Amino acid sequence: MTPAIAVTGLTRRYPGHVALDDLRLTVGAGTITGLLGRNGAGKTTLLRILAGQEFPSSGSVRVFGSPPAENGSVLRRLVLVREDQEYPDSQGYPSFKASHALRAASFSYPNWDADLASSLLADFGLRAKQTVRSLSRGQRSALGITIGLAARADVTLFDEPYAGLDAVARRIFYDRLLEDFTLNPRTVLLSTHLIDEAAGLFDQVVMLDRGRVVLNAAADELRGMVTTVSGPALAVHAFTEGRPVWERRELGSQASAVMVGRVSGDNRERARSLGLDLAPLSLQQLMDHASAGPGAAGPLMMRNSA
Amino acid sequence: MREMAGLDEGAPLFAQVAERLAAEIADGGLAEGERVPSTNELAAFYRINPATAAKGINVLADEGLLEKRRGIGMFVAAGARATLLGRRRAEFTARYVRPLLTEAIRLGIDSDELIALIKEAGNEREVAPL
Repeated sequence: MTPAIAVTGLTRRYPGHVALDDLRLTVGAGTITGLLGRNGAGKTTLLRILAGQEFPSSGSVRVFGSPPAENGSVLRRLVLVREDQEYPDSQGYPSFKASHALRAASFSYPNWDADLASSLLADFGLRAKQTVRSLSRGQRSALGITIGLAARADVTLFDEPYAGLDAVARRIFYDRLLEDFTLNPRTVLLSTHLIDEAAGLFDQVVMLDRGRVVLNAAADELRGMVTTVSGPALAVHAFTEGRPVWERRELGSQASAVMVGRVSGDNRERARSLGLDLAPLSLQQLMDHASAGPGAAGPLMMRNSA
Repeated sequence: MREMAGLDEGAPLFAQVAERLAAEIADGGLAEGERVPSTNELAAFYRINPATAAKGINVLADEGLLEKRRGIGMFVAAGARATLLGRRRAEFTARYVRPLLTEAIRLGIDSDELIALIKEAGNEREVAPL
């Protein structure tokens, strides 16, 4: 099967700064991928290049086998929803309404579903005749998400799409994304800082750090893969002996260690008999460790993404 | 925001979905011959990727606890409840008795005292309205 997205050797240089550094990434069709990483890791640059809105300095980018830049046949199958989506209202059209934004989108995307767009607007509590100018930040995000989902594009890219959205509205986004993805499978890339609340949506998680892929794994396999072991220092040492440990802390006779590797049922019982506490790391905590610097999260990390 | 409807961080979601369904069958909430929720229904309920939900269902299907009826969906297989209850019985010692003993030893409770405590708790439960 041809992957939906195939990127090799992708580099994007700005004056005095390398945003993407020899990046390699393959995304299977019909999957939801979480694109994670700290600010400045290169997520937005990658998404913009995938959407043909920016050019690589070097390297190969293929979406359904073709380069996206200036390629109408690819771009029609692709939508990018940005955090800071601009609408014409900021360019001197104060009467530009939500309905105008939807109408423009309906011309751009061949699979556009107007009914889905209306029902999403209603879910988010927006009215089509509201001017974009009058919308709050969260309402603008909701409009962007509505367009992103109703476009039903084969490749759907969301770049931190929920600035200003409250928890309830974000939950509407996740629910409607899942619901529509189930009915109309497509390839979704979602960059997010709100890792834990979105974690269950992902098939795959890709983490960028300084323009490179440092982790690319099946999301569900990361769950329970790293555990914080805490309790009496001697017991912590005995229990973690011979296993990769990311971090150790000690205070008096107490210690904790962040240990990599699944804990079997037998070991769980052993921990209990040693008086140890086992707390699995959430995906968010795991990513925080992984971005704490090279070496911090060695065993799970990819070697140069090669 | 609490996501994934009560699933936790400790194990892969597919395994937790399988475990929840198995528990429901064992407790009689899902009767033998009854249709189990579809992949999409589970995905929506737990807010998880449909592929993850499908993997969870497949675990039980591979064990013969669910059976597929073409074009209709997955159903609880005959004998599934007995199998699951047998499995739980086998796990009872590891899951409950050994941890109980570990904690009892730590607290200096000897076996006679422990048995007395269990009996006492049992009596309380009998008189308490359930």
